[in-house]
Amino acid sequence: MSEYIITTSKGKWEVIVGLEIHCQIISKSKIFSSASTEFGDDPNVNVSFVDAGMPGMLPTLNKECVRQAVKTGLGLNAKINKYSEFSRKNYFYADMPTDYQITQFRYPIVGEGEITVDLSDGSSKKIGIERMHIEQDAGKSIHDLNPTKSYIDLNRAGVGLMEIVTKPDFRSPEEAGAFLRKLRSIVRYLGTCDGNMDEGSMRCDVNVSVRPYGSTELRPRSEMKNVNSVKFVMQAIENEAKRHVEIYENGGKIEQETRQFDPTTGQSKLMRKKEFAHDYRYFPEPDLPPLVLSDEYIEGIKAEMIELPDAKKQRFITTMGLTPYDAAVLCENKEHAEFFEKAATGHDAKKVANWMMSDFFAMLNKKRLDIAQSPVSAENLGKLVELISKEVISGKIAKDVFEIMAQTGEDPEKIVEEKGLKQVTDTGAIEKIIDDVIASNPDNVSAYKNGKTNLAGWFVGQVIKLSQGKANPGIVNKLVREKLDK
Amino acid sequence: MTDITELTVSEALNALKKHEFTSTELTEAYLRRMEDNRQYNAYITESADTAMEQAKEADKRYAAGTNRALEGIPLGIKDLFCTKNIRTTAASHILDNFIPPYESTVTQNLLNDGAVFLGKLNLDEFAMGGSNETSYFGPVINPWSKDKPLVPGGSSGGSAAAVAAHLCAAATGTDTGGSIREPAAFCGITGIKPTYGRCSRYGIVAFASSLDQAGPIAQDVRDCAILLKSMAGFDDKDSTSCEVPVPDYESFMNGDVAGLTIGMPKEYRPEGLNPEVAAYWDKAAEYLKARGAKIKEISLPHTKYALATYYVLAPAEASSNLARYDGIRYGFRAPGQQHLDDLYINTRTQGFGAEVRRRIMIGTYVLSAGYYDAYFLKAQKMRRLIHDDFMNAFKECDVILTPTSPITAFPIGDESMLQNPINMYLNDVFTVSVNLAGLPAFSLPIGLSAEGLPYGMQLIGKPFDEGTLFNVAAKLEADAKFERK
Repeated sequence: MSEYIITTSKGKWEVIVGLEIHCQIISKSKIFSSASTEFGDDPNVNVSFVDAGMPGMLPTLNKECVRQAVKTGLGLNAKINKYSEFSRKNYFYADMPTDYQITQFRYPIVGEGEITVDLSDGSSKKIGIERMHIEQDAGKSIHDLNPTKSYIDLNRAGVGLMEIVTKPDFRSPEEAGAFLRKLRSIVRYLGTCDGNMDEGSMRCDVNVSVRPYGSTELRPRSEMKNVNSVKFVMQAIENEAKRHVEIYENGGKIEQETRQFDPTTGQSKLMRKKEFAHDYRYFPEPDLPPLVLSDEYIEGIKAEMIELPDAKKQRFITTMGLTPYDAAVLCENKEHAEFFEKAATGHDAKKVANWMMSDFFAMLNKKRLDIAQSPVSAENLGKLVELISKEVISGKIAKDVFEIMAQTGEDPEKIVEEKGLKQVTDTGAIEKIIDDVIASNPDNVSAYKNGKTNLAGWFVGQVIKLSQGKANPGIVNKLVREKLDK
Repeated sequence: MTDITELTVSEALNALKKHEFTSTELTEAYLRRMEDNRQYNAYITESADTAMEQAKEADKRYAAGTNRALEGIPLGIKDLFCTKNIRTTAASHILDNFIPPYESTVTQNLLNDGAVFLGKLNLDEFAMGGSNETSYFGPVINPWSKDKPLVPGGSSGGSAAAVAAHLCAAATGTDTGGSIREPAAFCGITGIKPTYGRCSRYGIVAFASSLDQAGPIAQDVRDCAILLKSMAGFDDKDSTSCEVPVPDYESFMNGDVAGLTIGMPKEYRPEGLNPEVAAYWDKAAEYLKARGAKIKEISLPHTKYALATYYVLAPAEASSNLARYDGIRYGFRAPGQQHLDDLYINTRTQGFGAEVRRRIMIGTYVLSAGYYDAYFLKAQKMRRLIHDDFMNAFKECDVILTPTSPITAFPIGDESMLQNPINMYLNDVFTVSVNLAGLPAFSLPIGLSAEGLPYGMQLIGKPFDEGTLFNVAAKLEADAKFERK
C-alpha cells in the first residue's frame, strides 16, 4: 500500500486519524418518544411533550431503534453487548430541551468491530471499530432569521442516533474517505441510516494528530466537529495535519482542542481549548432500566441479516465471474448491485456488468436519474445482452437499440422486431449482397487478388452497409474472404 | 349528623351510594371549609369550578348506577402532579405560571375512578424539604399547632395538613426520602409510600427519579387501601413502572398477624433516641405481640450511611432533573436578558429558592469529573448494601417496625433547622433507607407526645408486599385507637 507521508525540508511526518460518526437511525418515531422523525416538515411539528422536556415527562425506549442498532453492529462485524446502559450527558443548550442528552457511556450497545476498506491502489485495509452507542439527537438553533432573536426547531430533538467511534487506525485522508464510503454503503444496505451527509443524517467528527515518521508515540489531537461530506473529511485531515506539522517544525506545541471546519476555505478554526472542555457529569439515566438483550433476540436479527457489500462482492467475483474492480463498483450501492443481479440472471454476467458500467450509468448520469427511476429495466437490459450473445443483433446495433430503450423504456426484443434490426445470419441472403458488391467493384477485386488483402475489410464494410447493419459481421467476414479467395 | 367533611373516604362512599347526600353537596362543603381555613395555606391553587363539574358528573353516575370506585370523592392533589389545564407549580417560582397540557398517570387513574379534584396542595419547593418551609407559596401550618404555628412536615406538607384539617377527603403525596410518611406522622394521619415501580411517575414533576414514588395520604388505613388501589398500576409511559398485578388492598385488612414475624432493627435505637419515641415503638411491638406476632430484633448494619448516601444520590439526580427549568420553553424567565448564559443564570437564580439551589449545587458537585467516584459511585455502592441489608433482614421477618420520625412537629422558622440544613436532613433518618431500597412503607399515628403532638409508626414491607403492610397497619390502628383531629 502506498504510504501517505508529509515530507518537508525538515522531516517526514505520519498522520493519525480517528473518526466519530453520528448516523441518524431510520425509524418511524424518535428513540425515546412516539413523535415522527419525518425530515423537512414545518418547524416544531414533530415534537411530543417528552421531546420538549416538559415537567414530569419520561423517556421510553423505541425497540425499533435498538433493532436497527443491533443490525448495524452486526454489519460492523462487531460484538453486540447483551447488557448496555443509558446515561445522561449534562450540558445546557437552548435546542436541548431537558438540558441533558440521553446517551450511552460506560456500557454501549455495540463493542469492538472491524471494517475492510478498499484503496485505489488495489490494496485493502482493516479499520477497527472501538464502539457504537445509541443516543438522542438535539434540536436545531437558527440564529440568522432575526438580528436579536434565535429560533429553535425541535423536530430533530430526540431522533435516534448511532455514534460509531473508530480506532485511530487511519493513516491518510484516502483511508478515512474510503471508510466513510464503506460505512455509508453498509448502513444503506441495512436500511439503518440513509447516509446522507449533506442532509446531516450522517455527521462526522474528525480527530487528527501527527507524529514523526517511524515513531510510535501519540501526540495531542485536534477534533473537528460536524464535517459533512467525504470530500471535506479528506480535506480537513490533509489541512489539519499540515497545520500540526508546521507548528511542530516551528518549535510550537499542539494542545488538545476542538475546532470548527469551514467548508468554504477548507481550513478549521479554534472552537475551544481543552481547559474549556465541558464537564458533562455523566451518570446512569434513572428513567430507563438497563438494556438487556437475549441471545435469541440477537440470533434472530442475525438470521434476518441481508448480504452485505463485502459478501456480495465476493460472490459476484467467484460465482458470476466479475473482476474485483467491477464487483466493487457494482456493490457499493445496494440498488445497483440488485439491479445488476436481476439483469444478469440467466445472461452473460460479465457482459451485463460492462453494459451497466458504461452505457447504462452514462445514460442515468445524463438524465440525472436514480437507478430506481431508470427507463431501462433490469430485465430489459438482460434481454439486450442476451440478444447480443445470441447474435440476434450486433454490438453496434445494440447501442442503437439501447438508445431507443432509454427513450421509450421498451422491450429490446420488441424494438428489434418492429424496426427489423435482426442480424441477418442467413448465408444465402448475405452471399447475394457479397456477390453484388464483388460484381460492382471489379477494380478492388483485382487489387485484392494482387495482394492488397486488407481490402477485405472494405468489402465487409460495404456488405454490412448494404445490409443496413443487420448482416452478422462474423459471417460476412468469413464469406467475403471465401469468395474473394476463390 | 356530623360534618360530612369529617367522614373518611370509605364512609363518604357508603353515604354517597345510599344517596344520603350528593357529591355536589360534599364538594361544596369541602370548598366552604377550604375557604374558611385558608390560614393553613394548604392549597396553592383551588380548582372549585372543575371540582363542581366533576361532582355533577359523579351525581349523574350515582343516579344512573354507573358509579366508579372513587365516584364523587373530593381529593386534594399535591402540586407536583401535572394536572391538565390546572396550574402545576411544584411550589416553585420557576413554574408559578405553568399550566400542563397533560395529566399525570396517577391523577388520571383517580379521575378514571370518578374522583373530584378540589385543588393543588402546597409542598416544599420541588419536594425538597422536610417541613414545607421551602415552598415559594409560604409555609403550611400544622392543624395540631397550639400556641405557635408548627410545620406539617414535608415535603407533602399541604397534603398532610389538608387531610388532618378535613380540607379534602384524602390526598395524593409523593415520597423521595420520607415526604409522605414524615408529614403523615407530624399531622396524625396515615400514608403509604408504595414499592418503587408500583405507581407511575409519568407526569409527576421529577425530583430524584430513582427514589420518587407517589402514594396516598389519608385519614385511616382503609382509605389508603382504597386510594392506592386506584393510583397504582403498570404504565407503559414510565419504563420504571412494574408489570405487577394490583391486589385489593382492603381485603388484606381482614388478615391475621398471628404467625408473622415483626423485625425491629437495633440500629434504629441509637443512644439518645427520644424516650417517648422508644416507648411508643415498644408499645406498637407489644400490640402486635399480643395478637400473636413474633417480635424479633434484626440488624440493618449500613443504616448509619443511609442519610449520607441519600444526600449524595438525590441531589445528583435532582441537579440533572431540574436542568430543564431554564426559562426557554415554559415557566418563569428572568426578563431583559441579552445572552443565553445570562438567561440561564438569572432565570435559575431568581426562579429557584435557596434549598433547591443548594441541592442543585451539591448534586452538580458530586457528579463532577474528579469527584464522581468519591461521591456518586460510592453512594451507589452503598445504596446496594443498604438494599441488601433489607433483603437479608426479610429472610427472618415479614415486616419491619420502626418509628417514622425521631421527633414531632416543630415550630415554623426553627432556628437550629434553618441555620444548619443538616439538622433538618437528620429528621429523615428513619425514612430514607426505604427509598434507597425501593421498598413499600406505611406511616400511621400511634399516640401523642407529652406536648400533645402525634407520633407515627413506620411499617416497612418486602417489595410489592403492600398487602401485608395493610394487614399489620390495620391491627396497629385498631389497638392504638388514635384520635384524629
